Amino acid sequence: MKTVYVDNNATTKVAPEVLEEMLPYFSELYGNPSSMHFFGGQVQKKVNEAREKVADLLGADPPEIVFTSCGTESDNAAILGTLDSYPEKRHLITTRVEHPAIGNVGTYLGRKGYRVSELSVDREGRLDVDELRESFTDETALVTIMYANNETGVIFPIEEIGEIVKAKGIPFHTDAVQTVGKIPINMKKSKVDMLSLSGHKLHAPKGIGVLYIRKGTKFSPFMIGGHQEKGRRGGTENVPYIIGLGKACELAKRHLDEENTRIKVLRDYLEAKLLEKIPNTLVNGDRNHRLPNTVSVSFEYVEGESILLLLSDLGICASSGSACTSGSLEPSHVLRAMGVPFTAAHGSIRFSLSIYNTKEEMDYIIEHLPPIIQRLRDISPFWKDYLKSQGKG
Amino acid sequence: MWDYTEKVKDHFLNPRNVGEIENPDGAGEVGSLACGDALRLSFKLDENKRIKEAKFKTFGCASAIASSSALTEIIKGKTLEEAAKVTNQDIANYLGGLPEEKMHCSVMGREALEIAIANYHGQKVVKEDFEIICKCFGVTDREIIKAIREDDLKTVEQVTYYTKAGGGCEQCHPKIEALINQVRKEMAKEAPPLQQEKKKLTNIQKIKLIQETLGREIIPALKADGGDLELIDVEGNKVYVALRGKCSFCPSSEFTLKKYVETKLREFVSDDIELEEVRL
Repeated sequence: MKTVYVDNNATTKVAPEVLEEMLPYFSELYGNPSSMHFFGGQVQKKVNEAREKVADLLGADPPEIVFTSCGTESDNAAILGTLDSYPEKRHLITTRVEHPAIGNVGTYLGRKGYRVSELSVDREGRLDVDELRESFTDETALVTIMYANNETGVIFPIEEIGEIVKAKGIPFHTDAVQTVGKIPINMKKSKVDMLSLSGHKLHAPKGIGVLYIRKGTKFSPFMIGGHQEKGRRGGTENVPYIIGLGKACELAKRHLDEENTRIKVLRDYLEAKLLEKIPNTLVNGDRNHRLPNTVSVSFEYVEGESILLLLSDLGICASSGSACTSGSLEPSHVLRAMGVPFTAAHGSIRFSLSIYNTKEEMDYIIEHLPPIIQRLRDISPFWKDYLKSQGKG
Repeated sequence: MWDYTEKVKDHFLNPRNVGEIENPDGAGEVGSLACGDALRLSFKLDENKRIKEAKFKTFGCASAIASSSALTEIIKGKTLEEAAKVTNQDIANYLGGLPEEKMHCSVMGREALEIAIANYHGQKVVKEDFEIICKCFGVTDREIIKAIREDDLKTVEQVTYYTKAGGGCEQCHPKIEALINQVRKEMAKEAPPLQQEKKKLTNIQKIKLIQETLGREIIPALKADGGDLELIDVEGNKVYVALRGKCSFCPSSEFTLKKYVETKLREFVSDDIELEEVRL
């Protein structure tokens, strides 16, 4: 059975060039970059090169790059490291549609006595910038707003938000885990103070992340330990993964154009064909401000897990915002925050592409998904009711 | 990914008895689009009042569809009295088991059956007669109590897995907790646990058993914290011990003794044991 992998917002394939670059640093060049001897020194040189490559993709200065273990660590460090630097400030502003690496830190801080404002989104998943303006208090320590949403791909106006936040003199963090490598980012021209990214979303392996910290930003380390990363993150550097991430960032910069041309065309083709072939289908999220690789579609009157398993049976790997797939009983917090009706929220499927996808793969999905939806609608009690109500039953 | 059995996969990929019977003898529906799953069940009886035909339509995940399919297969050929005895566990067993988080799919099958049978008898299962505990999923106290009893549930998490109650905003968790306590108390009263007959022990047997119990249940835990305990003497039901190591100057040692050691000795040796600490 062939595998059609269209779940790249969950994780991506490690690029062969990335793996190749990493391998010597497990077996032969295993030195500690902090060591005084030549054996560690040559490794340190490679770590520095990787740092330069990451900085180059972000338009940042290499010393502003702090390597972490994952996107979640970067997010946790940004929030807790900032709050620790402003102990007198007890208020945080974020949104209702963040990844749990932010959202659940907010819940945790709420229990610890912090006040957390969660900005709402509209039916298209767009933020209300006026609500942000009204949310500031003298106590606000940090604003953290994701760059683009993992489920819908909707991109927030981060620079417009940055202007507002920085005018108040408040630190501004963005979780750009889904964004880096998909759309151009230039920290030199940005108002963002801190930015999280994750290696495995851009063809580096799982287990490596970055927190960008703008020079001059107050920050206390979250991982307390040695002098590594200029005292901002203790722990011996994960050398092979750092080198892998460096390579992945170099490739991502090279592929940015392709992401926004060929991949976008494939995504739009898939979306258009599904809307055309399957009735009662809707796209979740603002289609004009969206990552080029992501589409979230809802098929009314059927349930997402069933769709995923039937797709999986054909080798197609996607994901869903349905309740049953998450292990919880409620559909995705993102779709609920957007007010997607229940008829559609449970039947949502996300396709997220990468540079490794082809038109043939899109055609394979377009061929097989419509009969799957029809089959489940034939089993669903609500589909017939719906047809009857439309005078078609 | 859920770990579904081959039987679940089979009934999901090839569901039996999909459809709706025209002019059924009994029909029932549970769930809704909002809840994320729903089941519409209908059946027809033969001349011997046995279920001749059963059909379902289900909106939901793989295990909801498989549970519905299994239900229709289970009840075919049964009288309504026999069918009424089908439990959600029977449905799960028929499928070779369900992940615990998905047990509510089998409960949905049992509930639809209950409503369909009531419908045959011209009755209605009216939700309004009961208190809705979980507002997110519209689960009543009756459904929760039934699940606690039939499936021997002990935690709020289990109640959520079986009935969905408490799986949304979680505000009803204290109420569910209270229901669990209430029902489990009732259950305990109805069927008092069999008192383990503890044999009358000779003094030597008793001392041996106490030593064994201390050595197995208590001393390793104390040693892990840098402490120890020594058996000094046994007189009737009185057991004299001395604390050693860190325990001997630990302010909470009295608590350690009374609560922990005595309970263990009562459990494994004799119900009337009393513990005394001596300082030697």
